[in-house]
Amino acid sequence: MFENFPLFPESASTLSGRVDALYIFLVAVSLFFSLLIAGLIIYFAIKYRRRSAQDSPKEIHGSLALELTWSIIPLGIAMVIFVWGASIYFSMRRPPESAMDVYVVGKQWMWKFQHTSGRREINELHIPVGRPVKLTMASEDVIHSFFVPAFRVKQDVVPGYYRTMWFQATKPGKYKLFCAEYCGTKHAGMTGQIVVVEPGEFQTWLSGGSGLSVVASGEKLFQDLGCVTCHKLEPTGRGPVLHGLFGKEVQLQSGETVVADENYLRESILNPQAKMLSGYQPIMPTYQGLITEEGLLQIVAYIKSLNAPSSTVTQEVSLK
Amino acid sequence: MSEAHASHLHQFDSPEQQRESASLGMWVFIAQEIMFFGGLFLAYVVYRNLYHDAFAAASHHLDLRFGAFNTAVLIASSLTMALAVHAAQLGHRKVLVSFLIATIFLGSVFLGVKVVEYHDKFVHHLVPGANFQFEGPLEHQAEIFYSLYFAMTGLHALHMVVGVGLLAWLVYAATRGRYTPEYYSPVEMSGLYWHFVDIVWIFLFPFLYLISRH
Amino acid sequence: MTTNSSPKFNYLDVAYGVKSWLLTKDHKRIAILYLISVTFFFAVGGVFASLIRLELITPEGDIFQSENYNKMFTMHGVIMVFLFMIPAIPAVLGNFLVPLMIGARDLAMPRINLLSWYLYIIGGLFTIYAMVSGGVDTGWTFYTPYSTTYSNTHVIATGLGAFIVGFSSILTGLNFIVTIHKMRAPGLTWFRLPLFIWAHYAASIIMILGTPVIAITIVLLAVERAFHLGIFNPALGGDPLLFQHLFWFYSHPAVYIMILPAMGVVSELVACFSRKRIFGYSFVAYSSLAIAALGFFVWAHHMFTTGISAYAALIFSVLSFLVAIPSAIKVFNWTATLYKGSISYDTPMLYAFGFIGLFTIGGLTGLFLASMGLDLHVHDTYFIVAHFHYVMVGGTIMAYLGGLHYWWPKISGKQYPEGWARFSALVIFIGFNLTFFPQFLLGYLGMPRRYHFYPEEFQVLNVMSTAGASILGIGYLIPLIYFAWSMRYGKAADANPWAAKGLEWETSSPPPTENFLEQPVVKEEAYAYAKEEPEVV
Repeated sequence: MFENFPLFPESASTLSGRVDALYIFLVAVSLFFSLLIAGLIIYFAIKYRRRSAQDSPKEIHGSLALELTWSIIPLGIAMVIFVWGASIYFSMRRPPESAMDVYVVGKQWMWKFQHTSGRREINELHIPVGRPVKLTMASEDVIHSFFVPAFRVKQDVVPGYYRTMWFQATKPGKYKLFCAEYCGTKHAGMTGQIVVVEPGEFQTWLSGGSGLSVVASGEKLFQDLGCVTCHKLEPTGRGPVLHGLFGKEVQLQSGETVVADENYLRESILNPQAKMLSGYQPIMPTYQGLITEEGLLQIVAYIKSLNAPSSTVTQEVSLK
Repeated sequence: MSEAHASHLHQFDSPEQQRESASLGMWVFIAQEIMFFGGLFLAYVVYRNLYHDAFAAASHHLDLRFGAFNTAVLIASSLTMALAVHAAQLGHRKVLVSFLIATIFLGSVFLGVKVVEYHDKFVHHLVPGANFQFEGPLEHQAEIFYSLYFAMTGLHALHMVVGVGLLAWLVYAATRGRYTPEYYSPVEMSGLYWHFVDIVWIFLFPFLYLISRH
Repeated sequence: MTTNSSPKFNYLDVAYGVKSWLLTKDHKRIAILYLISVTFFFAVGGVFASLIRLELITPEGDIFQSENYNKMFTMHGVIMVFLFMIPAIPAVLGNFLVPLMIGARDLAMPRINLLSWYLYIIGGLFTIYAMVSGGVDTGWTFYTPYSTTYSNTHVIATGLGAFIVGFSSILTGLNFIVTIHKMRAPGLTWFRLPLFIWAHYAASIIMILGTPVIAITIVLLAVERAFHLGIFNPALGGDPLLFQHLFWFYSHPAVYIMILPAMGVVSELVACFSRKRIFGYSFVAYSSLAIAALGFFVWAHHMFTTGISAYAALIFSVLSFLVAIPSAIKVFNWTATLYKGSISYDTPMLYAFGFIGLFTIGGLTGLFLASMGLDLHVHDTYFIVAHFHYVMVGGTIMAYLGGLHYWWPKISGKQYPEGWARFSALVIFIGFNLTFFPQFLLGYLGMPRRYHFYPEEFQVLNVMSTAGASILGIGYLIPLIYFAWSMRYGKAADANPWAAKGLEWETSSPPPTENFLEQPVVKEEAYAYAKEEPEVV
C-alpha cells in the first residue's frame, strides 16, 4: 500500500482479497467504535468536569431502551462479521476437485515437498499460477504450521494426522513461507518461499526432475514392504482388496462405518488393529518405525491411484 | 482449633453463619474436585471411544473381584461415616469415635487392596513406562489405558489418604470432647468429603473395570 | 459512622516483626504480602520482556542464542500469566477490599487465605528454580509433543510451579465465594453490592471451575514426560489436540479471571470520580456473570488452524462473538455514567479512562480473531500478541494501577504524590500504545510470533515497538518509587480522601485489624452519591 510503510502483505491468492476486505471492514468498525467511545469520554469528561466540591450530579439509574440498543446493534454487527468470516473459512476448507496435489512433510526445521511427478524440493515450492494446489501435509515430529501471508492461509501440521490446505496463486512471484507454530530452537529459521511461475515455465521446471513419481514410489514401497503379499487383486487375499477402497464408506469390526480417507489409510498402516475392516483377522503387523512420513504419503497416494480406471491393475475387481 | 461450644470464630457473627459458611465452602470445594477429576474422565472417555478394543482387552487384566470388593467396602464406609455424623448430631461421643474408627478401618482396607492390585500390575509389567509389556499389536493403546487407570485410581487413592488423615484428626478431636450437638461442623464437612470420594469410585469402577464383561 | 480519628492501632501498627506478617490471618496483611510478591514477579517478567524487545531491535538474532531467546519468551509468558495476571487484582485488591466492602471483619477462611499465599510463594519458587537451573523453552502453552518428548528443558519443574500456584488461585476463589454469600453486613442485599464485588464473585466462579482442569492437565503432562507415556504423543497412540483442548478449557476462561476484577475496579473508579451511580448497574452486574458463563464455551477459538471440524469451529466462533457483547455493554454503561456527572481528573480516573479506551481497542480486535476466515491469517502472528497485550496490559494492568492509586490511602494511610502519578499514567499510556500498536501491523503483514529473528522488512515496526517498551518500562518504575517513598514521607491520609461512597471508606485509613469499630448497617444503594447527607449509622 505505502511504499515505505506497508500495511498489507502482497495479495497473491484467490482468497486473499476476501480476507483483506473483511479485515478492512473490521478496521472500520473498530475505528468507529473506538472513536465513538474515546470521543464520548473526552466530550463528557470536559463538559461535565467538576466545577466545585459541592457538585451534586443527577441520579440516573439507567435506561432499558439504551441497554437494548447497545446490545442488539453490536450483536447484529457481530453476526454479520461471523457469517462473513465463516464463509471465507468454508471456502478455505474446501479444495476444488481439480486441485493439483503436492505432498508436504514438515520436520524440525525444514519443509520437504514432493510433487506427484516425484520431483522434490526443500523449503521452496514451485507452483503454477492460476491453478488450485492442494497440499497434503504430515509432520515427522512436533506441531508445525504452514503459513503464507501473501495467500492469507495457514494450516497447522499436527503429528499423527494428515492435514490438507489449498490455495490458488493469482500472480507470479516469490512469496514467503513461515512456520507459524513454535517448534523448538530453530522455529524462526523454518522458513522458505513459494515460487509461483507461469504454467509453461512450471511444466518445464517439473520435467527437470528425475526419479519416480509419487505414485510409482508408493508402488515400489508397496512391493518392498511386502504389502502385496496380503493385499491382492483377488478378495481371497489375507487382507482387504485396496483397489477402489479409497473414499468409500467401510464397515469396521466394531460395527461402525468410517470413510476410508488418507487419515484412515495412514492409521491402518501404523496401527492396523485400530480400525479393522470386519471379516478379517488381526494379523497385519504394524509398520510404525519402518516407514517415514514421506513414505506413508507415497503409499497413500499409490492406494488412492488404485481407484483410477487406467491403473496398473490388469483386472477390474469390485469390492463386495 | 478453638473451643467452639457456643462461640464461633472471630470473623463470624454467629455459630449459624460459621456453620453455613463451612458447608458452602465444602460444596464449592467439591465442585472444584469434580472438575479436577473431570479432566481425567474426559481424557478417558475420548480414548475409550477411540480404542475400544484395546481398552476392553487391557481392562480384562484388572481383577473384577478386587474392584467389586473395594466398591462394597467404600459403600460400607460411607454408611459408617453417615452414622458417625448422626452420632455427632446426637452428642454420642463414644459412638461417634467408634464409627469414625470403623470408617478409617474400611478406608484402609480399600487402600490395602489397591496396594495389592498395584503390586500385581507391577509384577505383570502393566505399569506404564519403561517396563510396560502388553501382548499383541495393541500395546501402545493398552499403555494409554493403564496410564489413565493409574492416574485416576492414584488420584482417588491420594484423596482417600487425605480423607483417612482427616478422620484420624477427627478421632483425636472427638476423644477430647470437641464436638457437641451445637458444633460438629468438621465431622459433617469431612463426611461430605468422604461421600464425594466414594462417589468418584462409584464412577471409576464401572468405567475402568466393567468394559465388555459378559 | 464515618470517622476521621485513627484507632489506637491500625492493622499495620498492631504488631511488628517478621512473624506477625508471615503468620498473619488478617486479610489486609495477606494482601500486602501478595502485593510485594506479585510486584517481584512482575519485575522478573518485565526483565524478560525487556530482553525480548532488545533482541528484536535487529532482524538477526545477535544478542542471544535461539535456545535462550525461546526460553525468555516462555518464562515471560509463564511468569506474567500465572504469577502476575491471574493473582494480581484478586489477591491484592480483592483480598484487601472484599471484607471491607461488605462490612465484614475478615474473609470466611483466614487461614486458607494465608495458605493460598504460601502456595503462591512455593509455586513461584519452583518456577524460579526452573529458571535458574536452565529455563524452559516450550512457550507458556506447553504444546505437545514438543513439551513432552522433544524439549530438553525444565518442563516438569515449571509445570509443577504452575500447578501449585493454581491451587493458590482456587483457594482465593473459594474464600471469596463463601464470604460474599454468607458475610454481607445487615442490609447489604445482592443488588446493593459494589460492582467490584460482583466482578470478583464472577471471577471466583471461573477460578473454582476452570483451574482444576489445567491442574490435572499439567499432572498428565508431567507424568507423560517423566515416564515416557503416550497420552499426548502420537507416536504412542496419543493425541496432541487433546492436550490443546484440555489446556484451553482453562486458559481461555483464565483471561476472564484476569479482566473481570479489572472491570470491577473500573466501575468503582468511574462511580467515585463522576460522583454518580454506575449507569445500568444491574446490567453491569449481570454481564459479569454472563462473561463468566459464556467464557467456558469458547476455548477452541484458539484452535481454528489445527484442523478441528469446521462445524465445531462455527460454534466456537459464534459463541466467541456472543461473549464480546456483555463486555461491550459494560463499556457503554461506564461511558454513560459520565453523562451529567461531576468528573475529576485524579490519577485513578485517568487510569480508568485509559482502561476503557485500550480495552475497547483490544476487545474489538478480538472480533478479528473470532472470525474464522480472518483468524487463519493472523493466528500465531504478532496480531495475536498485540490483541492480548491490549486487553491484559492496556486493560488489566491499567485497572490494577488505577485501583492501587485509588485505595493506596486506605491501604497505607498515606497519600501518593499526585503530580508524579499523573505524569507516570501519561508515560504508561504513551509507552504502551507505541509498544503494542505496531504489533497489530506486524501481525497482519505476516510476522509470526515466537520468532528469534525475522525478515528485514519487519524491522521498522519492531524498532518502534522496542522504543515504546523502554518508555513503558520507565512508566512502571516511577510508581514503584513513589509508592515506596510515600510509605515514609507521604502525607497522612483521611478516612475518605476521595469523598467516596462505600463501606471501605467508612473506617479509618489504614483500618483497624477488625476493619470496623462498629458493625456497619447498610441502608442505601451502592454509589448513593445523590443523597444529601451521609447516614449516621
